Amino acid sequence: MTELVKVSGLRVAVRSGGADIPIVHGADFSLKKGEVLALIGESGSGKTTIALSLMGYARNGCHIVDGSVQIDDVDVLSLSPAQLAKVRGRTISYIAQSAAAAFNPSKTIMDQVIESAMIHKTCSRKEAQAKAIGLFRELALPFPEKIGERYPHQVSGGQLQRLMAAMALITDPALVILDEPTTALDVTTQIEVLRAFKKVVRERNTTAVYVSHDLAVVAQMADRIVVLRNGQIQENNLTKKILETPQHDYTKSLLSAMKPETRQDTIEQKKMDLDTDTPLLEVRHLEVCFGDKKVLQDIDLKIRRGATVGVIGESGSGKTTLARTIVGLVQPSLGNIYLDGLPLEASASDRSREQLRRVQYVFQNADTALNPLHTVEEILARPLRFYHGMKGKKQHDRVIELLDLVHLPATIAKRRPTELSGGQKQRINLARALAAEPDIILCDEVTSALDTVVGAAILELMADLRKKLNVSYLFISHDISMVQAICDEVVVLYSGFKVEQGAGESFQRPPFHPYTQLLIDSVPEMQQGWLESTTANHELLPSIGAPKPNVELCPFLDRCSAREEGKCNRIIPSRIKLKKGNQILCHHAFVEHKGQTHDQTRVQVDAMAASV
Amino acid sequence: MNQTISRLIINRIGLGLLTLLIVSLVIFMITNLLPGDAAQELLGQSATPETLAALRSQLGLDLPIYTRYIQWLGGLLVGDAGYSMVNGMSIMELIWSRLPNTLSLAAFATLVSVPVALSIGIFSAMYRGSWFDRYSNMLAVFAVSVPEFLIATIAVLIFAVKLGWLSALSHIESANTFGEMLKVYAMPVLTLCSVLVAQMARMTRAAVIDQLSSPYVEMALLKGASPIRIVLLHVLPNALGPIANAIALSLSYLLGGVIIVESIFNYPGIATLMLNAVSTRDMPLVQGCAMLFCFGYLILVLMADICEIVSNPRLRK
Repeated sequence: MTELVKVSGLRVAVRSGGADIPIVHGADFSLKKGEVLALIGESGSGKTTIALSLMGYARNGCHIVDGSVQIDDVDVLSLSPAQLAKVRGRTISYIAQSAAAAFNPSKTIMDQVIESAMIHKTCSRKEAQAKAIGLFRELALPFPEKIGERYPHQVSGGQLQRLMAAMALITDPALVILDEPTTALDVTTQIEVLRAFKKVVRERNTTAVYVSHDLAVVAQMADRIVVLRNGQIQENNLTKKILETPQHDYTKSLLSAMKPETRQDTIEQKKMDLDTDTPLLEVRHLEVCFGDKKVLQDIDLKIRRGATVGVIGESGSGKTTLARTIVGLVQPSLGNIYLDGLPLEASASDRSREQLRRVQYVFQNADTALNPLHTVEEILARPLRFYHGMKGKKQHDRVIELLDLVHLPATIAKRRPTELSGGQKQRINLARALAAEPDIILCDEVTSALDTVVGAAILELMADLRKKLNVSYLFISHDISMVQAICDEVVVLYSGFKVEQGAGESFQRPPFHPYTQLLIDSVPEMQQGWLESTTANHELLPSIGAPKPNVELCPFLDRCSAREEGKCNRIIPSRIKLKKGNQILCHHAFVEHKGQTHDQTRVQVDAMAASV
Repeated sequence: MNQTISRLIINRIGLGLLTLLIVSLVIFMITNLLPGDAAQELLGQSATPETLAALRSQLGLDLPIYTRYIQWLGGLLVGDAGYSMVNGMSIMELIWSRLPNTLSLAAFATLVSVPVALSIGIFSAMYRGSWFDRYSNMLAVFAVSVPEFLIATIAVLIFAVKLGWLSALSHIESANTFGEMLKVYAMPVLTLCSVLVAQMARMTRAAVIDQLSSPYVEMALLKGASPIRIVLLHVLPNALGPIANAIALSLSYLLGGVIIVESIFNYPGIATLMLNAVSTRDMPLVQGCAMLFCFGYLILVLMADICEIVSNPRLRK
């Protein structure tokens, strides 16, 4: 086969204060027709920069220093701006990371999808629209005939990402660049998008460059992987070889960071916990409404001293609202929160300083949580003054102590957040909460904005702190594999309902609530062919009659693969206890092994019903 | 138009009416606080207290202030702003005789300034940092900071005194042909535009630059769209709201703030009418003019708001 893309000696630099700082140091790789190549690395590794260079484009402040990018025997880097415009969107097209931002909010989807075809005059408007509808259908989008008439805000994130694929393919480009196209999506949505992408890429024999930080996702999509670090290629090999026999140390560390290990101390810890009776923090019958919409319903939760409780769910499941209600930033419409058995006021402003001190919050995004104009010392000194009345030398010494606690050097105290790396900022964010000497820390997706390796180090640090300070955590995350590995107890939320609750290790083997099952099956595994073999979101859902109106049925009814006519669409589900100890909100008591036939399930359920 | 849009627009109109009511109260109170009244002004220094009192009761000035306010407000609602205390003419008539002049001056200034300002703003945003951007920016700062009476005076000095091309005073009665109109309007419009264009261009530039940094602009560029296409089809629809507001704020100045321009060129508009009314203590006329300015201002802001609401796709169905 001929080489379609050949990159040699590519160097890109960013101009800062008059000097050029190189960010890509001479990249060489090539790509055959019909091949999918993945560029993988952490943030700052230069993967997106390289991908954009293939289109002769460099983001603000960056510029391509030298090298060549041959696509179909044309050197893209030697083209004039007008010639580049002819190539972009025609020969090479781009699928951006955040479709929500990359779609123009004030134009209809169809206008934007066919825009490249209009610019490059590859076909008439009518033909382009017909072709777009065909692509919508191939990408398994709902209402392919009509979806183009909508505006971007009227469709979901996963749909937008697929619509963007249609936008990229409308001109039948020789090369498609996919820049982290599923990173912003929930795992359950990611799987749908990946399936759709894979199908069109394979069917059309598209040549593609797939940029990602996630090896497991890349393993599903790519034929070949290029591993990048600090703008340099570490390893370039077939996907199979990279996964099975990685050569470079860095590749090995990436592979090992992907698999969180169950901590031994969690189990020891729990035995100790059983002695104490009153939980440190308790949430009883909590309900939160935003206007008429109930975002949390009937939530019960206990957190013991020194324990870690994980809360997982998709975006919109109410997990952040739960944490915000506990700290008093959101007021519940029903229910109470107890600290050491004593009720807490609903609003943070009514709580005593001592109560505030004991419950601390670590926000998801350290970039926005830390004031960019304050130095690290000022950020950490504020809670020390507020909660402990510290001043002068004592305060300064404590700041240094706190920095040491989160494994940062004392010299960092003088710096501002903008001068720190993502991992360092998250450590400061954590140290700020620790400054209050809390009993419990609510951690809202603290690792999701970080690279895998950096995130793993933060988790390590948190486990360490727990041992040292006997602090409890409420750990909010969308990543079930991580939560089950580090938490003593896990709560699964689905659209405001607690659908499952149980010990962390019980999430390693079935049975589960059907939603938990879906979450677990949707986490990409680091092996080729996983995407084809997993059953998540794959099978057709059993058909049921129209749900009974005016009854609060199971929240998961619309997406459940175990739903049943006459039961799930008629009766309110109750909480039942599984043999392994987990509590689920479901009618079925349940599918002890995955893959069990439907009949067996029914027999079991009928037997249950008879016994009741 | 769907329900959300109509509800939002009705909301804005309601708020506008409320503002108008509050403004009417404020105007009425303030004009009553001014020293001296029409009776004193009419009778002059030599008036005896008796004749003053007689004239006051004849003019209704002896009634309590709230009665006068309600009478005045009721009149406004049916389109009767009362009578001038100086010459006894209907205030509506006085205003109607001047309004077309002010509106035509405003219209000319708008016709010239808006397209010029938009083009300058858009081009300087597209070529940010270029010599065009820098010079237009410099010029804009210069135009905004030089007082308009200076610009007007210099314009008179050059075009009327030195070159003799134009008349220093605006005789709008003599403007029958298009050429004559140009001559009459050239200098007032030029003076007004120099301030307007600068303001609008700077705000347009900021709105466009804000949008140009969005990811969807990068996406359009990577689809091979030309810079002109990006600005016209992608950026402008999203920058419409802020730009419409900038234009409305600048243009509202044309209704009330042209006093200096009208008096320098002796242009028979509303602003000179109001100026004369203030100097003769003709309070009903002052109040009527002030209400008119406020009304015009609110209409412009309302139009900008509607532009912003309608251009927001999230409110469309």
